[in-house]
Amino acid sequence: MGTRRAPVDHIVRTRELYSSLGHEPYRWVQNVDPPSWARPAKPLAECRIALVASGGVYRTGQVAFHHRDDLSLRIIDTRVPAAELRTSHFAYDQTDARIDPNVVFPVDTLRALARDGVIGELSRRAYTFMGGIYSARRVRETLAPEVSRRLAEDQVDLALLVPV
Amino acid sequence: MGLIARRIEADGIPTLSMTSAFSITRSVNPPRAVFLDYPLGHTTGKALDASLQRDIMMASLAALHELDTPGAVKMLPFRWSDDDDWKREVMESGDARTGRSAEPVYQCEADRRLAQDASDCPTCVFL
Repeated sequence: MGTRRAPVDHIVRTRELYSSLGHEPYRWVQNVDPPSWARPAKPLAECRIALVASGGVYRTGQVAFHHRDDLSLRIIDTRVPAAELRTSHFAYDQTDARIDPNVVFPVDTLRALARDGVIGELSRRAYTFMGGIYSARRVRETLAPEVSRRLAEDQVDLALLVPV
Repeated sequence: MGLIARRIEADGIPTLSMTSAFSITRSVNPPRAVFLDYPLGHTTGKALDASLQRDIMMASLAALHELDTPGAVKMLPFRWSDDDDWKREVMESGDARTGRSAEPVYQCEADRRLAQDASDCPTCVFL
């Protein structure tokens, strides 16, 4: 086994990138207050799980994401063949995600777990967006309630969130 | 994504966040997270390795019943490679981000034509 290093500090890295570009330092949200807590009411094998991903995933036929504070959502039917999935994102290396979208949008993985009875079912609608939205206020006031409202409508028991 | 996790959970739906950015997750403080120490762009595993992707997902889902404190993060045991040299390379690499235009950026031109052929996109939600 080789040398172990601590996790990459992406807050430090983003700060360095922004200052090297002459921008104001980006301030990540700091929530010192504890988050709300809802316990799963059912065993996993009975849960309807929703996939929510921010790797800029869209399906062929959909409008792609733009790269300036895109607050929009894509609804993706989780019966989608992985070959119809695409990515559009301003910040990360998409090489592997374009070879196999399951590394940022684990739809085949979750379908297999549903088929094997490990999870109850994969919710029909997955929600994707791009992230990298500069204004935390707009995420809090616009995007977050919209995603939450839709998940409630879909009557899901658990939301699996996959950022990049 | 952490802000969205907090909102969903506040509305009563349990969430599980997967992350490869430990410091950001600590700062934004979602209700329940698992940390996979991989380069960004591989939040749920390595490309074309369905068996590893499944193992990672199983270990992640197990956190639902293992984590019992709001804001807790489970450290997953998977390693990207035997050494961690990729982390040094990440810190030393420059800015690879694309320009920030408000035009859709398609993975390929064929996608642009497909999207244009459809007169509207009922599964696109513009907020």
